[in-house]
Amino acid sequence: MTASSPPFFFGKERLQSLLDELKSRGYCVVGPTIDQEAIVYNELQSVEQLPRGWTDEQAPGQYRLRRRDDDAWFGFVVGPHSWKKYLFPPKTTLLSAEKTDNGWTFIPRAADSTRYALLGVRACELAAIRVQDRVFLDGPYQDPLYLERREKLFIVAVNCTQAASTCFCTSMKTGPRCENGFDLALTEIDSGFLCEIGSDLGRDVVAACSVVEATPDQLQAAEDARQQAVDQITRQMDTSDLPGLLLGNLNHPRWKEVGERCLSCTNCTMVCPTCFCSSVTEVRDLNMDRVERERVWDSCFNPDFSYLGGSPVRNDTPSRYRQWLTHKLDSWHDQFGTSGCVGCGRCITWCPVGIDLTEEVAAIRETPAP
Amino acid sequence: MMASSPISPALRDDPWLTHTVRIADVIDEANGVATYRLTFDAGGDSAAYRFVPGQFNMLYLPGVGESAISMSGDPSRTDGWTHTVRVAGNVTRTLAGLVRGDTLGLRGPFGAGWPVDELAGCDVVIVAGGLGMAPLRPLIYHVMNHRDQFGQITLICGARTPDGLLYLREYDAWRQRRIDVQLTVDRATAGWTGHVGVVTLPIDRLQLPRPDQTHLVACGPEVMMKYAAASGLRLGIAAERMWVSLERNMQCAAGLCGHCQLGPEFICKDGPVLRYDRLRPYLFVEQL
Repeated sequence: MTASSPPFFFGKERLQSLLDELKSRGYCVVGPTIDQEAIVYNELQSVEQLPRGWTDEQAPGQYRLRRRDDDAWFGFVVGPHSWKKYLFPPKTTLLSAEKTDNGWTFIPRAADSTRYALLGVRACELAAIRVQDRVFLDGPYQDPLYLERREKLFIVAVNCTQAASTCFCTSMKTGPRCENGFDLALTEIDSGFLCEIGSDLGRDVVAACSVVEATPDQLQAAEDARQQAVDQITRQMDTSDLPGLLLGNLNHPRWKEVGERCLSCTNCTMVCPTCFCSSVTEVRDLNMDRVERERVWDSCFNPDFSYLGGSPVRNDTPSRYRQWLTHKLDSWHDQFGTSGCVGCGRCITWCPVGIDLTEEVAAIRETPAP
Repeated sequence: MMASSPISPALRDDPWLTHTVRIADVIDEANGVATYRLTFDAGGDSAAYRFVPGQFNMLYLPGVGESAISMSGDPSRTDGWTHTVRVAGNVTRTLAGLVRGDTLGLRGPFGAGWPVDELAGCDVVIVAGGLGMAPLRPLIYHVMNHRDQFGQITLICGARTPDGLLYLREYDAWRQRRIDVQLTVDRATAGWTGHVGVVTLPIDRLQLPRPDQTHLVACGPEVMMKYAAASGLRLGIAAERMWVSLERNMQCAAGLCGHCQLGPEFICKDGPVLRYDRLRPYLFVEQL
C-alpha cells in the first residue's frame, strides 16, 4: 500500500470528479452530511451534500453546529457517527434457520458485495479502524462480514485543520496528522486540496481529478493549516501508567463517585469508534418456520449485558462504568496490543452529563490504591 | 499457555457456522438435569466429534436463542456430542422439552480446555461442585484412557444434596481405575451415609505426597472455586498449578461480542479453563 510521491494539488471544483470516479468504479461513497442538526455519515451522490461552510462546537455534554465565516468543505471535526457503522453494521443478519420436514436447517449469511469508499476519514478515525482491524481480524476468529467489507474499502482521509475542545488525539498519538492507512489523504487550503497518495489504487483514482504537482506555497499553506489543529488541542490524557493504572485500582472510590453521575445511557459506547460489543437476537416469523439471527450493537452499560444465571454480574452503574473504562484504556492492551481509545472525544461530547474520561483517569491517578 | 485447543479453519473464518444436530439419546440425571447425545445427520468421520476436555459448544434452539454448554462425554468417543444440561433459562427449558429425533443447531467446539498435557506425569486433585462435574467428566475419561500417564488422582465431588451428585452410577468404574472418589453434600437426606459439609473439608484433609507436582482443577460455583483454590494453596499447590473453569454470558463464543470479559480475559476464547494465578486479581472483585 506504499506509493510515495510528492503531494498533488487539485482545485475544489474537482472534488466532485473524485466522487464520480469512485462511483464509476462501483463504490458506494459515504461521507459527512448534515442531518438532525449534527454532522453524520451518509451515502453521498454529490459533494453538495457535504457540510460546506459549517463547523461544530463541542464541549462535555454539548454539540452545536455553527455557520463558518468561510466556505470550507471540511471545517469541522467528528460527530456522533463513526465509520464503524459500515464495517460493523449496527444490525446485521448472521444466519437463518428454516424448519423442514426433516428438522431445522441453517442457511449461512449471503456474501456481502458492498464496496464502500469513505470520504473524510480523520486521523483518529484511521486509528479507530486499525483498532477494530485487530479486534475483528487478528484474533483466533475473524468476523466474516468485517473482513469482506474491510478488504474492499477505499479510504479518502482528510487532515484536521482545527480541533474541538474535546479532542485529545495528540495524547493518544493517533493524530491529528493522517500518517498511513489511507488510499488518499487530503488537506484543505483556501484554494483547493493537497492530496497525498497512500496506495496504487489511490494513484489511479486521483488521476481523474486533474491533479498537478503542489507548489511550495501550497505545501506551506497545508502545513500551516494542519499545525492550526495541533495548536488548538487543549485536552490531554497522561497515558504513562496505562495499561495498569485502572486494573490496579478496581476498588477505587472514584468508581462509585462517577457511577453516581453516569446515567448508564450507553451513549459513550454507541458513539465510540472502537467499541465492538454486540448481542444476537432472534427474529421469527409468525409460524416459527423461519428465524433470522440478527446481531445488533450492544453496550456494557446495559444491565442485561452481563446477565448470567438469573441476574446481571454487573448489577450497578459504578461496576458498568468501571468495566467500560478499564476495558477501553487498560485491558484492551492485554487483549489487542493497543489502547481502545483514539482520543476522538466523542464519549465526552455525547455524554448527557458531560463525564470526561480524561478527568476520571486523572482522579484515579491522584489517589491510587495503597 | 492454555491447553492447545485447535480451532477448525471453518470456524476461524466464520464462527457463526451452525450445523444441524439430532438428539440421539436423552438420559435423565437428577434435579432437572439431563444428558443428551447429539449427532450430525451426515454422520461425519471419526474426527467430527473431536474436542479437548473442558471445551464447549453453542447449542441453538431457533427462535429461542443459544447457550454455551460444555462437553460432558468421553473425548475418545466418535458417536456424537455429549452434553449435560440443567434447566436454567429459556434455551435449556426449550431443550428439555425436546425428545429423541428432534433437531437443533450446534457450533463449536470453542474455548481452551483443561491442560491435559501439563497434567500428564503429575498428581491431580479434581474438585467438582454440582453441575461443575459435567465439564470435568471428559477429563476423568481422558485420565482413564491414559491412566499410566498420570499419578495419583483424587476427585472431590460436592453437591447441595445427594441427588445433586451427577453420574453416581459411574463412580465404581472410576474407583476401579484408581481414582479416589470422595463425595460430600451440604445437606444430607435420608439414606446418605457419606460426608456432610463443603468441598474444602475433604481438600484440607488431603495428604499430598508431592505438592510441587500436583495440579488442582476445579469447576463449580465461583465461591466454591475460590475456597478450593485457597485450600490448594495451603496444601502447597502453587497458583500456577491450579485451574478453574468459569461461566459468563456468551453470545459469540469467539471473542468478538464482548459479553464474557473478566478483567483482560475473554472467558469464551481465553477460557473457559483459566490458570488461577492469572485470574486471582479479578476473581475476588465484586461485580467485575
